[in-house]
Amino acid sequence: MNSKTADRLATGVFVAIAIIIISILVGLFSFILVNGFKHISFEFLTTPSSNVMAGGGIRDQLFNSFYVLFITMLITVPLGLGGGIYMAEYAKPGKVTDIIRSCIEVLASLPSIVIGMFGLLMFVNLTGWGYTILGGALALTVFNLPVLVRVSEDAIRAVPRDLKEASLALGITHWHTIKTIIIPSAFPSILTGAILAAGRVFGEAAALLFTAGLSTPRLDYTNWNPFSEQSPLNIFRPAETLAVHIWSVNTQGLIPDVEEVSNGSAAVLVISVLICNLLARWIGSMIHKKITATK
Amino acid sequence: MVTALLDKESTEQISQTAVPLKMDNILKVNNLEIFYGEKRAVNGISMDIEKNSVTALIGPSGCGKSTFLRSINRMNDLIPGARAEGEIIYEDLNILSEQINVVALRKEIGMVFQKPNPFPKSIYENITHALKFSGTKKKSILDDIVQESLEKAALWEEVKDRIHKSALSLSGGQQQRLCIARTIAMKPTVMLLDEPSSALDPISNAKVEELIVELKKDYSIIIVTHNMQQASRISDKTAFFLNGDLVEYDFTGKIFTNPSVKKTEEYISGRFG
Repeated sequence: MNSKTADRLATGVFVAIAIIIISILVGLFSFILVNGFKHISFEFLTTPSSNVMAGGGIRDQLFNSFYVLFITMLITVPLGLGGGIYMAEYAKPGKVTDIIRSCIEVLASLPSIVIGMFGLLMFVNLTGWGYTILGGALALTVFNLPVLVRVSEDAIRAVPRDLKEASLALGITHWHTIKTIIIPSAFPSILTGAILAAGRVFGEAAALLFTAGLSTPRLDYTNWNPFSEQSPLNIFRPAETLAVHIWSVNTQGLIPDVEEVSNGSAAVLVISVLICNLLARWIGSMIHKKITATK
Repeated sequence: MVTALLDKESTEQISQTAVPLKMDNILKVNNLEIFYGEKRAVNGISMDIEKNSVTALIGPSGCGKSTFLRSINRMNDLIPGARAEGEIIYEDLNILSEQINVVALRKEIGMVFQKPNPFPKSIYENITHALKFSGTKKKSILDDIVQESLEKAALWEEVKDRIHKSALSLSGGQQQRLCIARTIAMKPTVMLLDEPSSALDPISNAKVEELIVELKKDYSIIIVTHNMQQASRISDKTAFFLNGDLVEYDFTGKIFTNPSVKKTEEYISGRFG
């Protein structure tokens, strides 16, 4: 086989792989959307779920999903970014740093059900909180944090050394250089990592089963006092998220319209992740343009 | 200014060893050795750098000239395993001392790198970035410094209508002059140039050379260059480095017409390197 044929063959193989990936993606998306879209209505999104009767919605689950995501990112992003900065800029190369890095990698690949069990021990039993949003968010942090640390570290390391030297050579301190030159340059990659992590969190069920629970108290959306039992903002209340809801109606649901509810929920979940991604990218590119003065 | 460079108030301890400088020398290097781990990159060199003049460092790749240059504003601190022994005396202080405040030192000894490295910010912010950090906050003063340093770097006319546009939209030569402008804006006393025009086209190169000659009125300039013509055109004194040794250091005219060491002559005439 001459090199020309080999080249054509290689191109063909990679195109075939791309087609396979795209068709799986398109197939999956259209299956979920076609099946689920017809069940999505304003009513479906705004009524609370029902335990026994048909016609229940996903209002609370949808809110819980976003709220758990928000709390998780609130904890994870500063910690993950800080960890990434430490690993890329301050950690001295050596055995200890290598051990820390391997630990982070192992942590990132832990099965989420294991993290769920750990969360049950730590954030539910040991703390005595019971099933809470905070417990769920902390469990999600455990498996989200290593990913973000890793992503931030890589993003910071990818910033050209020239830029760092330029800043230091002008008599600017290390920390100010990190803050004003390195982080802004690494921002797009860090954002991409955060979006991927957020997608994982949004769709996570196993880690939340035993930490945020399978139920939601009756919520009063006009009550904004975060310490009140009925307030949706209370972080010490149990909260069933959308992904957990799909799992629970399918395995232990008593309602007659299980299929409609779970298909509709799946479609809402996918669409939400999609909208979140696009929104985050759009906002991110606005911020990036602002700090780099590009049009 | 001298004490601003010290982290702690221990002037006495460091300046004991300092030999008083003659008025016309800005830096005095005494038996400087630089190591990367076990490997010695610079073998005990001693030389005086004159004030308000251009000193060129020449020599083949890996001869230690850039390493030497980077030790003058302590940029080698960033390289794990790099350490320097000996002395570089600046304003009666050994700048290699642990007690030197590196951040303050780098404000006085500025550096321009081989590859243009503007920040991914606007032209204006590239210059104000370090100024703001060191406490110049007033917009009218910043505006003045931006214009003044861009004028000095012979860039103002080309960019005055777009100083709030991204610096990355400039050409390579303009970017390098912006990097020089950004260093000038800090009003250093010494400017270190590490092959500043090696990545530039001949026209930009000529502009940068003109600029360097212009700048020596106000600054003491040390330039590393691979370009013999450049060294002979713009420098007052030239130092020839080989394998970490300072082989010859003399007036540029003498080095290029009548060097005392045979190796220097061979290098300059292009027989090796």
